[in-house]
Amino acid sequence: MAQPVSELDYLKMTAWQKFCYKFALFFKTIPIVFLNFFKIKIPSAFKKAGLGFKNIGLNIYYAAKNGDAKTRTSFVIFGFSQLARKQWLRGLLLLAFEVLFILYLSLFGWRYLALFNTLGTKTSGWVVNPDTGIKELVTGDNSLLILLYGLLTIVFMLAFLYAWYQSIKSAYSAQQIVEARHHLPTAKEDLRSFTNEQYHKTLLGVPLLGLTVFTILPIIFMIFVAFTNYDKAHTPPSNLFTWIGFENFVTVLGGGLSNGVSFGLTFGRILLWTVVWAFFATFSNYILGIIVAIMINKKSIRLKKLWRTVLVLTIAVPQFVSLLLMSQMLADSGVINNLLKSWGLIDNAIPFLTDGKLAKVTIIVVNIWVGIPYTMLISTGILMNIPEDLYESAKMDGAGPVKAFFKITLPYMLHVTAPYLITQFIGNLNNFNVIFLLTGGNPALPFGYDTSAGDTDLLITWLYKLISRDNAYGVASVISILMFVLTAVVSLFVYNRSSAVKNEEDFM
Amino acid sequence: MAKKFRSKKRAERTANAVIYIILTVISIVWLFPFFYLVLQSLRGEAGASTLYFWPKQWTFDNYIKLFTDTATFNFPRWYGITLIISVVVTVIQTTIVLVTSYALSRLRFRLRKPLMNLMLILGMFPGFMSMTAVYFILKLIGLTQNLGLIGLILVYVASSCMGYYICKGFFDTIPKSLDEAARIDGASRQTVFFKVILPLAKPIIIYTVLTSFMAPWGEYMFASLIANGDYDYFNVAVGLRQMLQRETVQQYFTRFCAASVLISIPITVLFFWLQKYYVQGVTGGSVKG
Repeated sequence: MAQPVSELDYLKMTAWQKFCYKFALFFKTIPIVFLNFFKIKIPSAFKKAGLGFKNIGLNIYYAAKNGDAKTRTSFVIFGFSQLARKQWLRGLLLLAFEVLFILYLSLFGWRYLALFNTLGTKTSGWVVNPDTGIKELVTGDNSLLILLYGLLTIVFMLAFLYAWYQSIKSAYSAQQIVEARHHLPTAKEDLRSFTNEQYHKTLLGVPLLGLTVFTILPIIFMIFVAFTNYDKAHTPPSNLFTWIGFENFVTVLGGGLSNGVSFGLTFGRILLWTVVWAFFATFSNYILGIIVAIMINKKSIRLKKLWRTVLVLTIAVPQFVSLLLMSQMLADSGVINNLLKSWGLIDNAIPFLTDGKLAKVTIIVVNIWVGIPYTMLISTGILMNIPEDLYESAKMDGAGPVKAFFKITLPYMLHVTAPYLITQFIGNLNNFNVIFLLTGGNPALPFGYDTSAGDTDLLITWLYKLISRDNAYGVASVISILMFVLTAVVSLFVYNRSSAVKNEEDFM
Repeated sequence: MAKKFRSKKRAERTANAVIYIILTVISIVWLFPFFYLVLQSLRGEAGASTLYFWPKQWTFDNYIKLFTDTATFNFPRWYGITLIISVVVTVIQTTIVLVTSYALSRLRFRLRKPLMNLMLILGMFPGFMSMTAVYFILKLIGLTQNLGLIGLILVYVASSCMGYYICKGFFDTIPKSLDEAARIDGASRQTVFFKVILPLAKPIIIYTVLTSFMAPWGEYMFASLIANGDYDYFNVAVGLRQMLQRETVQQYFTRFCAASVLISIPITVLFFWLQKYYVQGVTGGSVKG
């Protein structure tokens, strides 16, 4: 459809044709970007990983082949070689880790790991004790804990493997150093290296521990939950849940009905609105914010500081306050409707937040109110950097202010603030606060859609309701995986094209 | 010629007049909600809204009752909880962000690039979906119920190293020759961090402090899930939204306004005081390309 045209042909086109051409070209590049990703990026990542594993294997092999007794003992007893060679600190740490791991696995971990494939078989409940004839409460398996602790154990095991490899590697290198009659680092020198050569380990240790425990582990957990039937009817501890494969994905992506409710249809509708919302919310704020900034920046305009301060007030006041207040002001019996009625402009209240279509418009408008000041702040400085002579020569050529805006200001701004625009777009895809505090996702959707979904719900607010109200964890996990795919696709596509990430080193 | 000049001047003047009008309208629209908020907080009559604009009875009762009538809605407690959370989160989060940014900006180690990519990917997952897992992890460590406050703080700061972008961008602009000079004089990486980078990083430190202090005041999702409906562990955002539920909004709307004013004033003052650094931070962080 969009065959590349020669420059001459392109210049012959009308403005509308040019627009269509660019539009088509844009969509044509999408598959190419993805193809590149799958053809080049992923294989190269695998290749790198393969090389890494090969190295690890070789290191272990040489340590086993050429290692002396001390090194070889380190294969079983962590840190043995280090202790024997008087590297007390390393040796004790490794040994302590091994002991800790074995204790953890034998006392705690194996029970959960053993049940990992079924997620538990014994339901808790009242069972008659045959000896006494009295009903007793029997605690059964807790699928949730099995899943969580099972994962934790797997993570621990990976860490154990890593420690094992470290123990062997450092034992073998210590052996080599001793054989070559070089100086072996003492515990004191080891410690000092943590403020210098190994400073990154000191700095990143705690942050990465937090990241692993509170972000990575939960995300893996969530991905696993997507393949279980964890919902209201299967909520531990009184009930078990179990693996069901891709059933949840079929529920969300297929159009099947259950109890007259189509989950897939609801998902499609909310997804569409989420994307539409993110688009309008991002670009309305962006363009209007720049226009306001231009107006305030104009040389002959006075009281610049005052105008800016007024706008910045919305950033300074906590957002939830202004949003909750707005939701009250725009309610059917809120102050805006009351004022309009008392001035005789309307007879019946305008359903700003209670009519599905109007509510969507209201939300975007309120979001403009919230968002313009940010863009204004950001663009003020950049606008001053645009060379004045560009405008001068545009004026000479007879371009009006509107044309100058679209031909000079906007392209320049887009070029410079592309990363900001991406983060804004992704942030808006997941903008919980504006929707939840303004409408709570209401009004409700008509029959046939999922009962907890509302007309103005974004995927993220729907997700919140699915979890906090319906306990539909399995389905909710699928939705969040799909949300991840959506954000990843957007960012992958844009990051691939913007130079900002690639040229990181140029900046220094 | 003179005529043309005059008409040009006139066009300029009309343009300015139009801009002034637009800016005035914008200012009114922007200020109106806040003006209304203050007005309603001083209203004596009950009810969620009145048919008239100006209150008929002026009173400070709403403010006083916030602190005396704490049986259902314990506003001072919520305020205290949120303040404690903010202060602790600010200290920890600022430290983590600075440390991570320095490591990623200045130190070169094997896993640097993979780590940055990992954080980029993790940031694309909807944060609170993993909430159940987090909840059970907190339970495992024993940080729910009475210690829910600590749990909440942990959740807020745990992934804060992912917010390194802006700060790292700032560190990247500090000339590397400074570090190298210090390194030649025998300074370790740690000394460089504390003696060279940190003293130059004042603007970005203030920016990080400001944003991490302000964030917990408006955080709703995690706070409401962790409090789990227990009024004693609400933060101000969750508590104030509770005031506006259908059952309570008639009685508590004016008090909600008073509470909002009390929350907004310190944060607004802080913000305007440090506004310069905030602007530097957001503009510095958004422009790179």
